[in-house]
Amino acid sequence: MHTLYNLVSGPLVWLSFLIFIGGSVFRITTMIRLAKEKDTAVFEYMNFYYASRSIVHWIVPFGSENMKKHPAMTVVTFAFHICLICLPLFVFAHVILWKESWNISWWYLSDSVADLMTLTVIGSCIFFLVRRLTVPEVKYLTSNSDFVILALVAAPFVTGFWAYHQLPAYRLMGILHILSGEIMLAAIPFTRLSHALFFLFTRGYMGSEFGAVKNAKDW
Amino acid sequence: MTESALKAESRKISDEGLDKGVEKLTPAKIEQVINSVLANETGARLKVYADTCVHCGLCSEACHFFLSNDRDPSFSPAGKVKQTLWEILKNKGSVSPAFIRRAAEVASTECNLCRRCAMYCPFGIDIAYLMLVIRRICHKLGVMPQYIQTTAHSHSATLNQMWVKEDEWIDSLMWQEDEAREEIPTLRIPLEKEGADIFYSVIGPEPKFRAQLIYQAAVIMNAAGLNWTMPATPGWDNSDMCMYTGDNEMMGRLKKAHFETAMRLKVKRIVMGECGHAFRSIYDMGNRWLSWKMPPIPVTHAIEFYHELLREGKIKIAKKYDKAVTLHDPCNIVRGKGLHEMSRYVVNQTCENLIEMHPNREHNFCCSAGGGVINCGPPFRNKRVEGNKVKAEQLFVAKTKGAKVVIAPCHNCHGGLEDIIHHYGLNMELKFLGDIIYECMEKK
Ligand code: SF4
Ligand code: SF4
Ligand code: SF4
Repeated sequence: MHTLYNLVSGPLVWLSFLIFIGGSVFRITTMIRLAKEKDTAVFEYMNFYYASRSIVHWIVPFGSENMKKHPAMTVVTFAFHICLICLPLFVFAHVILWKESWNISWWYLSDSVADLMTLTVIGSCIFFLVRRLTVPEVKYLTSNSDFVILALVAAPFVTGFWAYHQLPAYRLMGILHILSGEIMLAAIPFTRLSHALFFLFTRGYMGSEFGAVKNAKDW
Repeated sequence: MTESALKAESRKISDEGLDKGVEKLTPAKIEQVINSVLANETGARLKVYADTCVHCGLCSEACHFFLSNDRDPSFSPAGKVKQTLWEILKNKGSVSPAFIRRAAEVASTECNLCRRCAMYCPFGIDIAYLMLVIRRICHKLGVMPQYIQTTAHSHSATLNQMWVKEDEWIDSLMWQEDEAREEIPTLRIPLEKEGADIFYSVIGPEPKFRAQLIYQAAVIMNAAGLNWTMPATPGWDNSDMCMYTGDNEMMGRLKKAHFETAMRLKVKRIVMGECGHAFRSIYDMGNRWLSWKMPPIPVTHAIEFYHELLREGKIKIAKKYDKAVTLHDPCNIVRGKGLHEMSRYVVNQTCENLIEMHPNREHNFCCSAGGGVINCGPPFRNKRVEGNKVKAEQLFVAKTKGAKVVIAPCHNCHGGLEDIIHHYGLNMELKFLGDIIYECMEKK
């Protein structure tokens, strides 16, 4: 158990960050290169103002018509993404790790808030799962990989919650927590989680096409 | 077989272009064509769109086909991509002839390329673009609904959509000039006038079926005292079904002929009639194929043109149109050029009472005729009309609020709405903006 712990909390951390950062840079640069070669329109029509205008509308809750049509989905999606990004950065246990290894530190969340946010992520994952299983148009699009990705995202939070509350076998859960977090991070550039990387580009491009060429809103 | 596969099977429609087209296919040919299109003609956009889609289904409610078919997921925007592109990518292009037949049907008859879904997908994934890639593949495989393919052939042979011969074209213009001179003796339809300010262009069906629109345009030009012309050579037709069959080379030829005709006549700008898809071809797609970021010569759509004439007082309204009207927003000039406020200005200047349909402006529902779907002809008519119950409902609500007339400033929309009005027994009149202006203006 101890060697396993050393492995996941040492080299594998490095490896996952390396894959995440390296992979993201690789994916984005290859796509940009490919676009330069094959989709020159993307660069011709990309327009900073209109790209930002569209992106802002889509990262503000209820900023688009479609978000207004699906209030529950909108609330859950925003809560989910905010917690998903903020928790790993600001949970006390992580901030301590940064402090110990690099002697840098920043603001952290109180334990009860972190707990609540963790439950938000887990609850959201359940919401997404139920939606996948019950809403026909979502079910139709769903493949096995969608469940795998959902599990991948939920795992670090479930295990983290488990370990923090010292439920049975919490040591093992602690290891699984670190491991699953690493897997998720490394998976971002190479799975549909890459929507995190490409959102700015796809939305920005559509915003530019609509705004700069077609003189219309796209939200 | 899954339930939706069964449904897809039961809605299989026979069409010679599709049926005969797939008979000639072999798996090797399919694979080769798909992979050459994917490798040579697509790039990062296609890849990113395929990878980024999170299968959330949030685009579904954008699509009138989905909403009108009891939310059948196979009609949802991403559902159409699943049935076509995802499978193609998953199988690296090795798909069966039957698959190609279905893909052609999905891309050409179940999507109007109206781009409404791009405003509903959080990532702005452009499903219309993906459907065009599928059409491109089907074009290269020779699998295209018969009717639209025939129209594309007409474009290739005559540079117009309706097999109109050169002398017939000139005859139609002179005939309309004659007719109009009975009303306004000094009126001219100036042919081949070099250096005119305006080159007026129309779509193929105008001289063929709706010649009165040319008459009306001439009356408007005349009343506004404009220096305008029409060409006596091919290149007069601004329409473009090749853009919708995936025949990009022909799309380029058509637009080149159009632009060059305007340039030969050394005009200041092209003013085009009330058509949506022709505008898309000139302003968005054809010019790009020819490597013009924007059209090489300014292009003014009829709505912008009428707006300009009314705002500058070039034409005067004698008496406003008194029947209550509702206004359809054609996708290609609303999501394609943002002309919705201008069209409202024109309607408000010319009509007493405008009753809005909802949703409107950029969020309008397509008429379900666009994207070449109506041009796929009678075999697909029912699917098209039944696939747009939501438009019928919108029209019905406008009617209950008193609207008697639907204004649709687009030829395709006219065709589509006419079928919808008839099929759902709505009993409303259909008009172009030009019809209203002609009827209400001071003609002298
Ligand atoms: S018809 Fe319009 S909304 Fe429906 S899939 Fe095609 S582009 Fe999207
Ligand atoms: S809304 Fe966008 S991401 Fe979601 S299923 Fe539709 S195309 Fe894919
Ligand atoms: S026919 Fe009219 S409503 Fe339909 S796609 Fe074209 S412009 Fe849109």
